[in-house]
Amino acid sequence: MSLIRLQSISRRYQMGAETIHALRAVSLEIQRGEYVAIMGPSGSGKSTLMNLIGCLDTPTAGEYELNSVQVSQMDDNQLAEIRNKEIGFIFQTFNLLPRSDALRNVELPLIYSGMAAEQRRQVALDALTSVGLADRVHHKPNEMSGGQRQRVAVARALVNQPSILLADEPTGNLDTRTGLEILALFNELSRRGNTIIVVTHEEDVAKHARRIIRIRDGSIAADERQDSPGA
Amino acid sequence: MNLLTELKEGLCISWDAIRANKMRSILTTLGIVIGIVTVTLMGSAIEGLNRSFLKSISFIGADVLYVQRFNWLNESFEDWIKMRKRREITLAQVQALERQLTLAQAITPQVQASEQVKYQKRHSDSVTITGTTEQFQFTGGFTVADGRFLTAAEAQGGRPVCVIGFTVATNLFQRQSPLGAKISIGAQTFEVIGVLEKQGGLLDGGSLDNQAIIPLNQFITHFQSHPDYVIQVKAGNVGQLEEVKAQLRGVMRRIRRLAPTDPDDFAINQQDQILDMFHKVAGTIAAIGLFITGLSLFVGGIGIMNIMFVSVAERTREIGIRKALGAKRRTILLQFLIEAAAICLLGGGIGLGFAWPLTFAMQKYLPATLSPSLVALAFLVSLVTGLLSGFFPAWRAARMNPVDALRSGE
Repeated sequence: MSLIRLQSISRRYQMGAETIHALRAVSLEIQRGEYVAIMGPSGSGKSTLMNLIGCLDTPTAGEYELNSVQVSQMDDNQLAEIRNKEIGFIFQTFNLLPRSDALRNVELPLIYSGMAAEQRRQVALDALTSVGLADRVHHKPNEMSGGQRQRVAVARALVNQPSILLADEPTGNLDTRTGLEILALFNELSRRGNTIIVVTHEEDVAKHARRIIRIRDGSIAADERQDSPGA
Repeated sequence: MNLLTELKEGLCISWDAIRANKMRSILTTLGIVIGIVTVTLMGSAIEGLNRSFLKSISFIGADVLYVQRFNWLNESFEDWIKMRKRREITLAQVQALERQLTLAQAITPQVQASEQVKYQKRHSDSVTITGTTEQFQFTGGFTVADGRFLTAAEAQGGRPVCVIGFTVATNLFQRQSPLGAKISIGAQTFEVIGVLEKQGGLLDGGSLDNQAIIPLNQFITHFQSHPDYVIQVKAGNVGQLEEVKAQLRGVMRRIRRLAPTDPDDFAINQQDQILDMFHKVAGTIAAIGLFITGLSLFVGGIGIMNIMFVSVAERTREIGIRKALGAKRRTILLQFLIEAAAICLLGGGIGLGFAWPLTFAMQKYLPATLSPSLVALAFLVSLVTGLLSGFFPAWRAARMNPVDALRSGE
């Protein structure tokens, strides 16, 4: 049973009188434990695909089954619950809450899932420790380096033990060395069995994945598997 | 996530937001502070006026009828001119009424003049001199604080005694007890046998306390031989009032020898008339006053709404993040509602903090009171203002599309 199953998914936007076909009948399956890179130039539809997989958006047509649950017809609140349980987001711009410290940022998904305060704190501390930030829990985002911020974001994405880690250009705002650190972290997470989907336009980032899906003009142009990722 | 945790979270978040934008929060809160101060002061003034009016009208007694030439309330100046032409009520008529009116519990004639009252070197001016009988203690609605009231024998005739009001007592006597002292009223000397409790209020202008009560006979002998009488008739209880009033009217018409077709040439007044008018007038004043001051609160509310829209707009990204991490519509809605309500409650609290001492300052001129119910009302009003003005911005935030919200500011 696939973790993610997209069946002829389409997404159209209305821009004034013009209809934009961001995705045209895309079908795709991703298994549990895969490390997938979604690539494509800007405007190719890869962000739309990511938003759909991340349950931030719903398709105009087609069906999306996530973890055996049909999500394509869900309403706002149901999607919020799915995102909270199933998806861990990692963004290019980190998207941490600027006024909250690292601990509180990591606690956020747990707050929304309704975990009790004490347990929440412990789980969040564990997550921060696992990304090597045990000594930074009370730092605010502006008191940390880019790499540290992205690691807080990874901890936040992992804290609810989601089915998928969904990373959108995770190294885009980092220098090469820090970017490699984050990618090494992804490799480690993948080895531990996490399902990871990275959306990127950098070949260097994509080559860490074991499967590369190339999007062009709203359709899948190629679906490649590599035997020796990171080479 | 249950409601309690959501409230707690919302409070934390809004406290952070309020602190993060100090100047903005202060200015926004100021609008609510001003609104609450004006509304509260208006409320306390109105409440104080009402209370002191009701207190000061209580001397009239709810079950006491006043028979006299004039109506208390006149429809027009012409009516008043007409009433002036009415015959005076004489002592003979008073005595006839006392004999014929069977339903009343007490009947008291009452006549008044104004005189200077002296004791040694001290004096009290424009004192209301009331000539009456011992029955006055049943109809007058006062209490004797010290000494006693007139007896029937004293009222009938001889002894020059008097009962003085609170103001007269404090004006004439500093340390010694007034009881037994001989004071002069006009040219006559009277012995003080009693002092009344302080009773005056807004309505009488202090004349209730600035009075001296003397026996009716003394009044007729020394001050006015043919005064215009006012007769107080006590029904005993309010339920009997209409019955007594009907008999009273019949007896008075007979005594005044009115033909069946003649209109009454006397008035039967009662507390109700004044209360009715007062409630009408006070209600109007309160409505207008609260409406006008309420406008300032309304303006404050608009300020809140405005700032909440700004707050939602500049935190679009934050809303996107929260939604991506699993915040539902209700959570976001609540977060901004709580923020608006918190600002308003803060403003309400500060406003009451200002209104409280101001009420004391106002008490020099007005009998203002800041009652607990008014305080509760002020908090309720600020809470409602916050919720109402916060709702649209919060609703906008709650309905945001997470994809667009996350993209904002990039």
